[in-house]
Amino acid sequence: MKYAVLVLESQADFAERTDPARLGAYWGAYSAYGQALGQAGVAAGGNCLHPSATATTVRIRDGKRTVQDGPFADTKEQIGGLFVIDVPNLDAAIEWAARCPSASRAGVEIRPIVEMPTQK
Amino acid sequence: MNDGSMSEITPHAAADRAARESYGRLLAYLARRGVDFAAAEDALGEAFVLALQTWERDGVPANPDAWLLTAARRRLIDAARQADAQRRLAERLGAGGAPGTAEGELTERLIDEPGVIPDERLGLMFACAHPAIDAGVRSALMLHAVLGMEAAQIAPAFLLSASAMSQRLVRAKAKIREARIELEVPGAGQLAERLDDVLEAIYGGFGTAWEHPGGEPTWLELNEQAIHLGRVLVKLMPREPEPLGLLALMLHCHARRDARRDRENRYIPLDQQETARWDLALIKEAEESLRAAFSFGLIGRFQIEGAIQSAHASRAFTGRTDWAAIVTLYNELVARWPTVGALVGRAAAVSFADSPAAAAALIELIPLDRVNTYQPYWALCAHVYRELNNLPRATAALRRALGLTTDPTTRDFLQSRLSTAGESFE
Repeated sequence: MKYAVLVLESQADFAERTDPARLGAYWGAYSAYGQALGQAGVAAGGNCLHPSATATTVRIRDGKRTVQDGPFADTKEQIGGLFVIDVPNLDAAIEWAARCPSASRAGVEIRPIVEMPTQK
Repeated sequence: MNDGSMSEITPHAAADRAARESYGRLLAYLARRGVDFAAAEDALGEAFVLALQTWERDGVPANPDAWLLTAARRRLIDAARQADAQRRLAERLGAGGAPGTAEGELTERLIDEPGVIPDERLGLMFACAHPAIDAGVRSALMLHAVLGMEAAQIAPAFLLSASAMSQRLVRAKAKIREARIELEVPGAGQLAERLDDVLEAIYGGFGTAWEHPGGEPTWLELNEQAIHLGRVLVKLMPREPEPLGLLALMLHCHARRDARRDRENRYIPLDQQETARWDLALIKEAEESLRAAFSFGLIGRFQIEGAIQSAHASRAFTGRTDWAAIVTLYNELVARWPTVGALVGRAAAVSFADSPAAAAALIELIPLDRVNTYQPYWALCAHVYRELNNLPRATAALRRALGLTTDPTTRDFLQSRLSTAGESFE
């Protein structure tokens, strides 16, 4: 079963990505995690996203289109990226989520992925 | 309770402990007298909550078992009366029903109300670790049934939400009922194997908590509950060496809890821990348990593991670690119980007692598919290959260990090792 492991980050977490004193540890941790997923044979994709400040939100309501700078939800924790894993069950997904560096910080959200029937 | 810390106990903690003791004893007592497991748990659960409130305020009663039984009895009778009322209603509506009343049956079963409730928790413990019960839930079931712990308290240690844990416990208890699992100590023919399952279940609760140190109340509390289960088992099976071995193992590990992190909460490897921060009282109790175990002359895997931890502990007294002795012990362990933990532990000991090259030879014998997600294996590889000056292999192993680590302070430690090796992500 495929699961999305959603990495949650605070603004302080995002800031570590470019902080000379912290970026080595930051990228090292996520890179190691991604590699471990690959080596264990459960990696099935994923992406790192630029920080939430770079987001743009588009809405169309009553024929009017609004475009706003910033993410959809105004929460302290934002999605910083995701890993897609293919594991036998939720227990295994949780085990991997616990190893994600953000688990001990802003947190991790796991969601099962809908398997779409393939187009013919 | 003889755990050496009575002088520091708060009224709340005293009430909590006494109530937990009584909970397990009474659950076993009621269940073995034919009271429905689920009904007994419901009644005892409510009585437990009441006890906590009352005993914290008024002090623990002289006979806590009797107090709790009285409170639980009232609830059981109320529930039985409700069942009877529903049945009479059903009869009147023509749905029929068996003769006799639930209340009558209950009163018959609980006729003997001894002053002292016998401690029949051993049967309960064997039931919790019965082969028909899913191995993954036995630890939690034991903590829940014998010590009255709530699903919400147990859940985080097993990486489950409270409701997921609750569901698994409900299923396990239903299994006990449906499969008619007896709350009995098995006969001599099966005892050794079944006892090993009980020990495994207790150690499972301890080990899960052990991986997550750092003073979080949940983890420490679980460690202590597991140790308590170990002490209860020793008390109830005084002529068995393996429970003593397990207790020694857990006590030795727990004795080092304050030394595993420094004052800034940084990870400290075992060989660098300040022995002054080890708990000498626990070490002493561990050694006494081990001596008692060996007096039976029947070696088992938990005694060997306890002896290995004892060898580590002697550094507090001799100033050095006897790695050769540890290797000998691991050889014994691996010969009969070749778990991944034992194989990796032995290789680690060999790297200190013998040489990194000898350790590497042993490491290469461990099949990779057994250590796919086993972090300690990769941490050991990183150490051994660094010693052998094989930097590429050491770095790769360090990365792998880093990716498999759940504890952030351990992650920081491994990261600093990576940085020292000159590797960094540009």
